[in-house]
Amino acid sequence: MGWFKRIQEGITTKSTEKKEIPEGAWYQCPSCKTVVTSQQHVERMSVCNYCGHHDRIGSEGYFKILFDEGKFREIAPKITSSDPLEFEDTKTYTDRLEAAKKKTGLSDALRTASGELNGMPVVISCMDFQFIGGSMGSVVGEKIARGIDHALKKGCPFICISKSGGARMMEAGLSLMQMAKTSARLSLLSKAGLPYISVLTDPTTGGVTASFAMLGDMNIAEPNALIGFAGPRVVKETIGKELPEGFQRSEFLLEHGFLDAIVERKDLKEKLAFSLRAMGDFPKVQ
Amino acid sequence: MNYLEFEEPIRQLREQLAQAKELQEQSDVDMETLAQDLESKIREVTESIYSNLTPWQRVQVSRHPDRPYTLNYIDALTDGNFMELHGDRTVKDDKAMVGGFGFMDDQCVMFIGQQKGINTKMRQYRNFGMANPEGYRKALRLMRLAEKFNRPIVTLIDTPGAYPGLEAEERGQGEAIARNLIEMCQLRVPVICIVIGEGASGGALGIGIGDRVLMLENTWYSVISPESCSSILWRNWEHKKEAAEALKLTGTDMQSLGLVDGIIPEPLGGAHAQPDAMYKQLKKEIKKHLNKLVPMDSDKRIDQRIRKFSAMGVVNS
Repeated sequence: MGWFKRIQEGITTKSTEKKEIPEGAWYQCPSCKTVVTSQQHVERMSVCNYCGHHDRIGSEGYFKILFDEGKFREIAPKITSSDPLEFEDTKTYTDRLEAAKKKTGLSDALRTASGELNGMPVVISCMDFQFIGGSMGSVVGEKIARGIDHALKKGCPFICISKSGGARMMEAGLSLMQMAKTSARLSLLSKAGLPYISVLTDPTTGGVTASFAMLGDMNIAEPNALIGFAGPRVVKETIGKELPEGFQRSEFLLEHGFLDAIVERKDLKEKLAFSLRAMGDFPKVQ
Repeated sequence: MNYLEFEEPIRQLREQLAQAKELQEQSDVDMETLAQDLESKIREVTESIYSNLTPWQRVQVSRHPDRPYTLNYIDALTDGNFMELHGDRTVKDDKAMVGGFGFMDDQCVMFIGQQKGINTKMRQYRNFGMANPEGYRKALRLMRLAEKFNRPIVTLIDTPGAYPGLEAEERGQGEAIARNLIEMCQLRVPVICIVIGEGASGGALGIGIGDRVLMLENTWYSVISPESCSSILWRNWEHKKEAAEALKLTGTDMQSLGLVDGIIPEPLGGAHAQPDAMYKQLKKEIKKHLNKLVPMDSDKRIDQRIRKFSAMGVVNS
């Protein structure tokens, strides 16, 4: 019986003649599994053309999308965390920081920059989730504070794009107080009558949700972003039941009254420009 | 009396003392000298135990079942001249957050704080001191009321965290806490915040923005409880002691990091051992700070408050 024997030569291509596919040339949407080239994916702002899934992007991506011609000047780019608590669990915090810096090429989980958005001067802070889960430590708080101070000085609006697992445990009390620090600075911005728009992206949880992310004059989210105070796993353990479909997603928050709007990434710049124009005539001071 | 495991030597001595006293009553044997010896020994042992508490032991003391809770403090500070005010005017009355006007001697103060329960039934009623969004909104409503009538605010913090439930999320736990943070920064009246037990994370900070933030000696204040920290970073619950050390959550640590303004000493053996002495001490401290804060110009006070919180954090620049 020759059924299981390969009688004819099947695969004849020699491994030396194999065509090399460059690493990361293709992108498969985790939601609908559609495959596109990585280049197409980036051209579409990392949003799936078929199902609308918004893939996570970082400060580089958002700055490119939002600032006119992608031009901006970064504020306080060089500040880094100094491990003041000499925190150590299974690894030292210093090692974790080094590993994150190496992996991402970033200095911490947030970047702040000033530039123009449709000709309006604006300061934007944007979180980077790849850097220790976008967690908020002293550096994140300080860079937001510096951004707000810059906006106050220039009399221009402030935008913060959140994407974070919450407070950075390795900075313990210091990280908790960044919630207070950022809120304190925002209260000054509010007093000065300058707009603050919070953009919530997937995921925004914990101390970030319980401070600056929820304090926008407008709170705008990308579609289907996970947004909550307690993470879904913790809520599930607390109530001992399965969570309802769509729980803690943008649409759920909009329905419960905590978001002004859900905006797709392709419309983000336009909607932000509209909102800023609606809230003031900028620049007030140059 | 309940005793923590490291308080065992104190428990044994107290038991001996009780036996000695009983014997004296029953048999007319003079136990006076022995009793005095035992009492001084109890003081000695208590002092040696309590002057060397590890961070984890302090966490345990902060949760001691005999420790006074918020309403105990308010009642003692105001000598009963207190009226509790309920409700957030939107959803319901959160039993984990209490508040109202009280007169401390002649001074009217708005007291606000998380409330824990003293037994199983009351613990459930108080939701273990874990407030829902309506609790934070009630707190803010009462702060606004105090501001309107120019009364200083004293918040008493004692919570294992904001409640992480389904409805809490639906009603915007994150937004409720965030709102309090920004609004408290701009309150025109003096605000004193005192951690009297557990100061866990955003749930504590939600009523924790003040001109003075103080901690009782045997309390903790951090971004997460040692148990949860252990379960996340070590992936099990066994490393709570190490986590308590690593988090630098005691008053001494928090003060040296510039995150709280002061520590209020507790009587020997902790607040639960001598509650009356604790109340007296706390009242003295509150009055001392109010005397400084009340005469200040509001704008100046707000400016100082914001500067203080803005300076928090350590970075390399």
